[in-house]
Amino acid sequence: MKKLNGSTKKLISSIAVIVVLYIVMSTMQATGNLSSLMSGLLVPVCAYALVAIGLNLCVGYLGELSLGHAGFMCVGAFTSAFFSKTFQNEIPDVPRFILALIIGTFFAALFGFLIAIPVLRLSGDYLAIVTLAFGEIIKNVINVLYVGRDANGFHFSLKDMMSLNMDFDGVVLVNGAQGITGTPRQSTFTISVLLLILALIVTHNFVNSRTGRAVKAIRDNQIAAETVGLPITKYKLTAFTISAAIAGVGGVLYAHNINSLTATTNNFGYNMSIMILVYVVLGGIGNFSGSVVATVVLTMLPEMLRGLSTYRMLIYSIVLIGLMLFNWAPGILKFREEHGLTTKQLLDKFKKKKEVQ
Amino acid sequence: MKKKFLSVSLCAALAASLFVGCGSGGGAATSTETVETSGELTWRIGGIGPITGGAAQYGQGVMNAIQIAVDEINEAGGINGYKISYNFQDDEADSQKSVNAYNTLKDWGMQILEGTVTSGACAAVSAETYNDRIFQLTPSASSTSVTEGHDNTFQICFSDPNQGTVSADYIADNGLGTKIGIIYDSSDPYSSGVYQNFAKEAANVGLEIVATEAFTSDNKTDFSTQLQKCKAAGADLLFLPFYYQEGSVVLKQAHDMAYEPIMFGVDGFDGLLGVKDFDVSLAEGVYLLTPFAADATDDATKNFVSKYEEQFGGTPNQFAADAYDGVYILKEALEATGLTPEASNEEICEALIEAIQNVNYDGLTGEAMTWNEKGEVSKSPKAVIIENGGYVSVE
Repeated sequence: MKKLNGSTKKLISSIAVIVVLYIVMSTMQATGNLSSLMSGLLVPVCAYALVAIGLNLCVGYLGELSLGHAGFMCVGAFTSAFFSKTFQNEIPDVPRFILALIIGTFFAALFGFLIAIPVLRLSGDYLAIVTLAFGEIIKNVINVLYVGRDANGFHFSLKDMMSLNMDFDGVVLVNGAQGITGTPRQSTFTISVLLLILALIVTHNFVNSRTGRAVKAIRDNQIAAETVGLPITKYKLTAFTISAAIAGVGGVLYAHNINSLTATTNNFGYNMSIMILVYVVLGGIGNFSGSVVATVVLTMLPEMLRGLSTYRMLIYSIVLIGLMLFNWAPGILKFREEHGLTTKQLLDKFKKKKEVQ
Repeated sequence: MKKKFLSVSLCAALAASLFVGCGSGGGAATSTETVETSGELTWRIGGIGPITGGAAQYGQGVMNAIQIAVDEINEAGGINGYKISYNFQDDEADSQKSVNAYNTLKDWGMQILEGTVTSGACAAVSAETYNDRIFQLTPSASSTSVTEGHDNTFQICFSDPNQGTVSADYIADNGLGTKIGIIYDSSDPYSSGVYQNFAKEAANVGLEIVATEAFTSDNKTDFSTQLQKCKAAGADLLFLPFYYQEGSVVLKQAHDMAYEPIMFGVDGFDGLLGVKDFDVSLAEGVYLLTPFAADATDDATKNFVSKYEEQFGGTPNQFAADAYDGVYILKEALEATGLTPEASNEEICEALIEAIQNVNYDGLTGEAMTWNEKGEVSKSPKAVIIENGGYVSVE
């Protein structure tokens, strides 16, 4: 057998863990042992995990802080939901969903590309602020966008529903702040997990490819990278576009899992962008599997705390602070190292035990 | 060795906590359940609404009002001889969170849902209840997307078309204004929904809309631009389909720029007189459509308002009143079916769909309320005008 390098091994083990979890969850679901809450959370968790992976590529490997990834998710969600809703009765389910997936991903990537051209001339805080603004623009444009369809074709308006001037039998597809209602529900847990694994493989291969190495070189020292002749803009654009595309896939899953899709601050505004950044930071910048774990934990947590009634948001915040400190505070890291409690040490112990057996 | 023990025990604790999490998710009771029902067979009524976040006050009003009604009914012997247990879950007015809350309630064993409070979230949840065949009665989600295509979802509040259309008709019939200016919240489904239907009807009844100005939820502290434009367009009546906090700001700023058209709000304006640090005299002469006035003098309203003030503090708004009525409407419909809590969710749902269409209910928010098969309520919206710091009916 060919010897695998460390990161590939890690990828295979994280995929194995996901597959095992998938089998456990689907068996429990099939036998009716999974609570409705948990089975309802399966697809959203995968969707958020995908966006977190996308953002991690941007933050961890491109080294640029983006606060607009909810915007890309939003683009993916709305374009795909629009497509699915428009052709609901004209294209059969399976090809329509595949097309919706491609369309959502493509448009998120396109917006990522377009926004990256001016934005990547900036770096650091400036880039963060511009991406934040971009996310808000997307959300606000969708909130005033009206699209209808009648026998004469499509009608667009940025004003209100009346200015669409549709025939009497026209159907409003995107209704401003009321968003898109009645998207066919097609995101299943199986599809979500497959896409999640695919995203992990793609990002893993990307960061270890020639392009990925160049991106990392640019992140570590842009001047040095420029000196050896790397075309900075090209690599940055590629990485940012892929990052946006993966976020778009998350958006497609999200949109096809919920009947009423609206663009509010909570689900596609800066709140969500920051939430995703929290997943990335907690899971470890540059660590894709870590992002997935953090997403699962942080999405489940507020739901698990429902028993605490109104205190749950408070407790959630405190737990979040606690987790961040546990993971990143230097003093605590030192303590964990001394007492054999770092993730690596725990994993090593686990492995050793296996070898003994 | 010690370290090893520590790490193993930590792992064990982690694993155990995972299972505990699953267990409580799949099990029966949660601590938010507010009526002790161990072992007893009860009606399980769930509620969903925002009790944290920006729209929290609406959700809290609904939560508290349902609690009052449930307590009253339980004291009086319950429905068909069975008491009600009630569980309210937070959704932060977000669609996805609302579905999560719904799933939590389903795990708890909910048979009937009274919720959700906000329109966007409600549309998402009603698609779920429709699939699961659970009867849903929403106190305040007024959008048509809530009831469209869902035979199991009924509204207690007026639907958006109803409010927009009635307002336009009322203005035209009474000749309140000829040049209409509109300010609305384009990021809010409720506000844009009412606006759209108002504008549609306005065209039919010959009202001229001279200015249409929008704001968004991110940007609702200064309305001087919108007011200035309406003033410049010569609007003599402003139609303001949004909530009362923003309403108080609009009134204040219009007064400051000496712009005094007739102000016409819809049911979201209810609560205007209770805004802190708001000069109530500015609200004099404001028209609003509301199904409920907290200072009404009939016994039912007095009883409800005093109980609410005593238990939770503050004056209940129309959301709360709708929710309070909702429980009694469910009671009346359930009594008509003669079912017991042993019935399956589907049986209850089908029976209630039949029964609620025959209910004729007099409550806090309207008299002789009836429902059609689309799920919309028919009750007459009351237009009131604010005079001397109180509501005065204008009919």
